[in-house]
Amino acid sequence: MTRDMVLRVVAKLLIPFILLFALYVQFHGDFGPGGGFQAGVILAAAMVFYAVIFGLDNARKVLPDRLVETMVAAGVLLYLGVGAAGLLLGGNFLDYFVLAADPVAGQHRGIFWIELGVAITVCGVMLKVFYLFAGRGPEEEQ
Amino acid sequence: MNLAAHLPALQVVLPLAAAPLAVLLRGRGAAFMLVTLAAWAAFAVSILLWLQVNASGPISYALGSWAPPWGIEYRVDSLSALLLMLVCGIAAVVLPYARASIERELRQDVHYLFYAMFALCLAGLAGIAITGDAFNLFVFLEISSLSSYVLIALGRDRRALVAAYQYLIMGTIGATFIVVGVGLLYLKTGTLNLADMGVRLQEMTSHRPVLAALAFLTVGISLKLALFPLHQWLPNAYAYAPSAVSAFLAATATKVSVYALLRFYFSVFGETAVFKRLPMEDLMLILALAGMFVASAVAIFQHDLKRLFAYSSVAQVGYIVLGISFDSVTGLTATIAHLVNHAVTKGGLFLLLGAVMAGMGGTTLARVHGIGRVMPLTAFGIVLCGLGLIGVPGTAGFVSKWYLILAALEKGQWWLVFLIVASSLLAVAYVWRFVEAAYFHAPRADLAAVREAPAGLAIPAWTLVGATIWFGLDTSVTVGSAARAAAMLLGTGAP
Repeated sequence: MTRDMVLRVVAKLLIPFILLFALYVQFHGDFGPGGGFQAGVILAAAMVFYAVIFGLDNARKVLPDRLVETMVAAGVLLYLGVGAAGLLLGGNFLDYFVLAADPVAGQHRGIFWIELGVAITVCGVMLKVFYLFAGRGPEEEQ
Repeated sequence: MNLAAHLPALQVVLPLAAAPLAVLLRGRGAAFMLVTLAAWAAFAVSILLWLQVNASGPISYALGSWAPPWGIEYRVDSLSALLLMLVCGIAAVVLPYARASIERELRQDVHYLFYAMFALCLAGLAGIAITGDAFNLFVFLEISSLSSYVLIALGRDRRALVAAYQYLIMGTIGATFIVVGVGLLYLKTGTLNLADMGVRLQEMTSHRPVLAALAFLTVGISLKLALFPLHQWLPNAYAYAPSAVSAFLAATATKVSVYALLRFYFSVFGETAVFKRLPMEDLMLILALAGMFVASAVAIFQHDLKRLFAYSSVAQVGYIVLGISFDSVTGLTATIAHLVNHAVTKGGLFLLLGAVMAGMGGTTLARVHGIGRVMPLTAFGIVLCGLGLIGVPGTAGFVSKWYLILAALEKGQWWLVFLIVASSLLAVAYVWRFVEAAYFHAPRADLAAVREAPAGLAIPAWTLVGATIWFGLDTSVTVGSAARAAAMLLGTGAP
């Protein structure tokens, strides 16, 4: 599809907005519908779109396999890190109340990092699945 | 920070954190060290929790400091403490074995993923046993199930993929039924906390949605615990999975599902609702007996030892459910004690079969001819575990069958005693198939030079064989804990 001018231009125009929308969904999750899971899926969708138009090899240059696998693990670790922070600051596991001087501010801070962890892992898993399917050459199928 | 107060959280968090760290480290040596350390630490935590529960009663832990019933509660009582110790203990024994075993059975570049999946499976199973929240229980069930599908699919045999897929379909149907059941209960009670649900359900146990929830949960969990005739996924899954995975899943996965069933029946719906108003006693009795006899009979005609002992697992689930069907303290004691006894015996057996696989290159009966001569220790270990499955005095299996018989006599069902003994004779028959192949045939010419299994495989396996004998002689831990847990479930003893 590399010679298809319309698709390439539209993709280049749309992808920044998709990424921006993902960030909006991510940060608006605190006040309305949205959150880390949806944002992670939208981020991954932007990458899948890029890979479909510009090819899997280019996509792998942007987000290498190794980085995607790290994302899968890092998001979970961030989530667990927030839980452990609650422990270290004298609360129970996943206790957001103790994360800031004001308990309500602590809840905001806690869910911010938790949702970030969710977004990273969900995006990583979606891309990992996509890479695994898209990277399957015909020679492997025998 | 007082670590002792946070043991319930650490119980799940330690293995859960080990999984992503193993992925990040990538090295198979580092991943092995990390996950093994996490499993040992989790085992230590479970022992501490067990001691704490025995000394001062149940422990409640509010995740995120949201008090139950609003927040998610981790609750450790005498039943969950025993299950946690079983799951973490088996993981602590199987992991050192896994290193030497997957070296032979798995491609090197997937080793770190194997350890990560193993850690996730352990976290999920421990989570089911510790959580006091119905939806959390479902989530942990999914964590343990999804990771076990992957672990089974890693098997060297290509049929492992089909087996894992079959388990995935059956397991997903089971999980769907469970979540429908939990949803109906949430609809009726407005709470997800298991203890709170139990209190609120007392006045409405005859309502239609509650009965439907009971039916959905019974079928869903029965699929997961492989109650006859919902056991179709089990033989292939155990037979084609990597040896270490067969041992771990055979010893823990179905046992934790039995725990979930006990939890829903006795702590949520209540004994009267399940057993006094519905014909559940008869239903479970019939299914348990059918499982004991049909699965044992099918086991006799298997050609592969792993499949043979997988069918034997279905039969042993029959004994476990038979204990539940008595609806008495003695019956439940037998059930819970058999959970532990069978886990230890079957775990040891599958570990030894892994050693056979490593030595003889397969586990078909034709291939293990004369194994008593070339691998005498391994063969002897399998015979000892086989005696445990039959229930010979001096092994763990005898203790649980003794309590089953006591429970049957208590109810005046003396005919059941004959059936229990008769099904044990079927076990004699399928264990004899191995004995005959091992001791009364000459080894195949190309396998005559096989040596005994290396220490990395033998030591963990013999730890569990030793435990089978130990629990047959000293029953203070197994039957003692089981009796306390049974009394708690039926509300006749201290919690």
